[in-house]
Amino acid sequence: MTAPTITSIRAGRIGDSPQRPDGRQKVTGEFAYSSDLWLDGMLWGATLRSPHPRARITGLDITGAVAMPGVFAVLTHEDVPGRETYGLERPDQPVLAIDQIRYQGEPVALVAADHPETARRAAGRIRVSYREEPPLADARAALAPGAPSVHPGGNLVRHVRVRRGDPDARAAVVVTGEYEVGMQDQAFLGPESGLAVPAADGGVDLFVATQWLHVDRDQVAASLGLDPDLVRITLGGVGGAFGAREDLSMQIHACLLALHTGKPVKMSYSREESFFGHVHRHPASMRYEHGCSAGGRLVYVKADIVLDGGAYMSSSPAVAANAATLGIGPYEVPNVVMDSYAVYTNNPPCGAMRGFGAVQACFGYESQMDKMAAALSMDPVEFRVRNAMREGSVMPTGQVVDSAAPVAELLRLVRDRPPPPARDTGDLRSLPGGVSNTTHGEAVVRGVGYGVSIKNVGFSEGFDDYSTARVRLELTGGEPSAQVHTAAAEVGQGLVTVLEQIVRSELGVERVAVLPADTTIGSAGSSSASRQTYVTGGAVRAACAEVRSQLLARAGDPAAGSPGNRPPGLAGAAGLGDLVALLGKPAEATVTWRHRPTAPLDPGTGQGQAHVQYAFAAHRAVVDVDTELGLVKVVEIATAQDVGKAMNPQAVEGQIHGGIAQGLGLAVMEEIQVAGGVVRNPSFTDYLIPTILDMPPVRLDMLELADPHAPYGLRGVGEPPAISSTPAIVAAIRDATGIPLTRIPVRPEHLTATQPDEGPDPPSAMIMGRNAPHRVPFDPRS
Amino acid sequence: METQVAQVAMTVNGTPRRATVEPRKTLADTLREDFGLTGTHLGCEHGVCGACTVLVDGAAIRACLMFAVQADGSEVVTVEGLAPAGGGLSAVQRAFREEHGLQCGFCTPGFVVSLTAYLRDHPMPSGAELRDALSGNLCRCTGYQGIIAAARRAAGGMEDQ
Repeated sequence: MTAPTITSIRAGRIGDSPQRPDGRQKVTGEFAYSSDLWLDGMLWGATLRSPHPRARITGLDITGAVAMPGVFAVLTHEDVPGRETYGLERPDQPVLAIDQIRYQGEPVALVAADHPETARRAAGRIRVSYREEPPLADARAALAPGAPSVHPGGNLVRHVRVRRGDPDARAAVVVTGEYEVGMQDQAFLGPESGLAVPAADGGVDLFVATQWLHVDRDQVAASLGLDPDLVRITLGGVGGAFGAREDLSMQIHACLLALHTGKPVKMSYSREESFFGHVHRHPASMRYEHGCSAGGRLVYVKADIVLDGGAYMSSSPAVAANAATLGIGPYEVPNVVMDSYAVYTNNPPCGAMRGFGAVQACFGYESQMDKMAAALSMDPVEFRVRNAMREGSVMPTGQVVDSAAPVAELLRLVRDRPPPPARDTGDLRSLPGGVSNTTHGEAVVRGVGYGVSIKNVGFSEGFDDYSTARVRLELTGGEPSAQVHTAAAEVGQGLVTVLEQIVRSELGVERVAVLPADTTIGSAGSSSASRQTYVTGGAVRAACAEVRSQLLARAGDPAAGSPGNRPPGLAGAAGLGDLVALLGKPAEATVTWRHRPTAPLDPGTGQGQAHVQYAFAAHRAVVDVDTELGLVKVVEIATAQDVGKAMNPQAVEGQIHGGIAQGLGLAVMEEIQVAGGVVRNPSFTDYLIPTILDMPPVRLDMLELADPHAPYGLRGVGEPPAISSTPAIVAAIRDATGIPLTRIPVRPEHLTATQPDEGPDPPSAMIMGRNAPHRVPFDPRS
Repeated sequence: METQVAQVAMTVNGTPRRATVEPRKTLADTLREDFGLTGTHLGCEHGVCGACTVLVDGAAIRACLMFAVQADGSEVVTVEGLAPAGGGLSAVQRAFREEHGLQCGFCTPGFVVSLTAYLRDHPMPSGAELRDALSGNLCRCTGYQGIIAAARRAAGGMEDQ
């Protein structure tokens, strides 16, 4: 059942770009994703979800489903043996709805059957009586006095206050703005899926696509009422993540069904169910006021940011902290009044997505920077450069930025890139509207815009952020070979490649195998926050150092025992012949490694050493806009990013390209459209993500300014590309059209006078399971 | 519940295969469940993402939008059938691997099959034509830059190794 161990014997050390060890399997179709898992005799799980965003459950009758041939189990919340709720920061989310519904798509009941269609049809025979209530659908309204509470204790999930300098500072030039960000979906291509296998010891083995195996395990175990050691999780092949797999989806459900039936149970969501099965990026409503001297130096920023967390907490508190602490951008500002709020509503739950709170704020502060530059009649890049943070600058939290912060240099790099060629009006594909043949160039205007961003790397605010790695060096067929074992999730980013490179560089051996990630070793933390190469890479490096020390001790090297002993690779240090002699028995080390500690924010002032590392990127966007139809073609993105050390330059480029594509999506096309708590576009026909025709060429400058505090000097790379690409594109559209554009994604109707159409009616019932059709009418005969 | 079934026979990756399927069963599910060919991926099951692209009588089609009974008597090639005998990779597969044309890889079989069919019929495509040809396949990881590089490389040298 486990993923095969991939042994790689190609060269490829730190700084090289070796091919992915899983690349061959991925191009031939042999790589097993979690949705490909199969055991003979397994059952299929299906989920019945609420069609209503807010309701009381007044009746629940499962007898029709239980009576269907082929059905092995029908479960409700009463069948949850342990804790009936789960959650990343606080367990406020029911495993299955308990008497009330807080969002559309909330799971109500589960079915296991011998065929996926049978499971789905049986779910349709569960009779649920709902008493609908008006949903609380607006985040600012949720904070108003007297608003109905989504949870006991009110709708405020967290308020983060940051105060620096004089709260009453005044300035010669003041600009204000209100900005909105729509709900973005991670839209990974591999749906939520996994296989739960009951074990003879009363426990369960779960094979699943996830970002964070141990936190999954702990939540699953709590709800099953099992000791965590009885829940064993192995990473299944992951078809993308981007934050959407940090919270649980089908994990507890499949395990409940497996333990209830005594049979393996597979669950695999359809695309529609996937839209309801994971958290999304928080929509935001933001108010900014920037004060500036006549000479163009920022004097103060005042802001409030309201993040719609939806029905459950997920990681909203941390998202609110990121928005607050990073919310004025990579600029030196002496006076800051920042309030960030995460709130409960009856909208879909929101949590982690690439950029995590920094994305929303960046649209706000970069829009403001352009507005202020215009008010000062200054060039937008020059204005940014004049206020740019640098190494030694002080964050609004009081934290000193203690490694490279080349904000001005990044801006100059993208500004100084040659402009892209003029559009070819003879090729429809290069025009807004493309082969729809909507223009031959008439009414098309070009614009240029800039954005720069800051992101924290790793987990913050005192979180104990560590990873665990085991490295074993032994002889295989007379050759030294290394094995690396961690619980770090390879989600596509290329971690398995980088870990191999680290081992090759540290131990000087060519044969390296990365073992499947599972919970038989200690936690690696989450594959999120751009942290895994930093933290698990750091753990693997430390484990290699210990293996090396063991071998040098065997060789009688007096330096072997000294702390911090880091000679070059063993093969180089001892000679390959010597190494073979030293490996009469394997050398193995397991190390838990932590980055520098961070500290909580002061609740009154937001002061504190909250973040471990900052990352910066700049973007220049060039767009063509058809001003009659409101269609946008992004012509080119120029970007510059400091990555500290490019561990694998080709993989770093891939992260940067992919992040820009998601930033482009948020700028001009991607939004989960929610009306009255109801999702109107849960499909890839209606939720649009960029295609190869939407994505322009990317011109990239990569800086490698080592962070002395980080392994190899590296800086997390995954998130910054997805942050300021969005405001750069919107700025370019503003430049082309002169329209203020205060909401993303920018829609055609924002660029023309026409009003949007009303969407389709919501479905009358939601029956989720594999192969569920796009809309399932409730059939009273069934 | 009475369930109708139909017998289907098709050649899959050069091997004659038979299955007993419900008429509503898609070709994609039949390939994955009856024939064990899970390289045909289901990303959306409504014909948008292209991850399930296979060749049916030489034409690139979305296996989630075709019933198995419609493929009765056809010659089907999946991503598992593209590599040359002997353990190598096709030129397209090799190019995706070498140009970092994949990250999570879930979309990759669809891109590989689509591009294989396109290059068979269009041996000397321009970059714009390659983008056009691949515009029916979604990738969420790469931003397509590595995929474009892979397509260019594959178009430049189609010999298997």
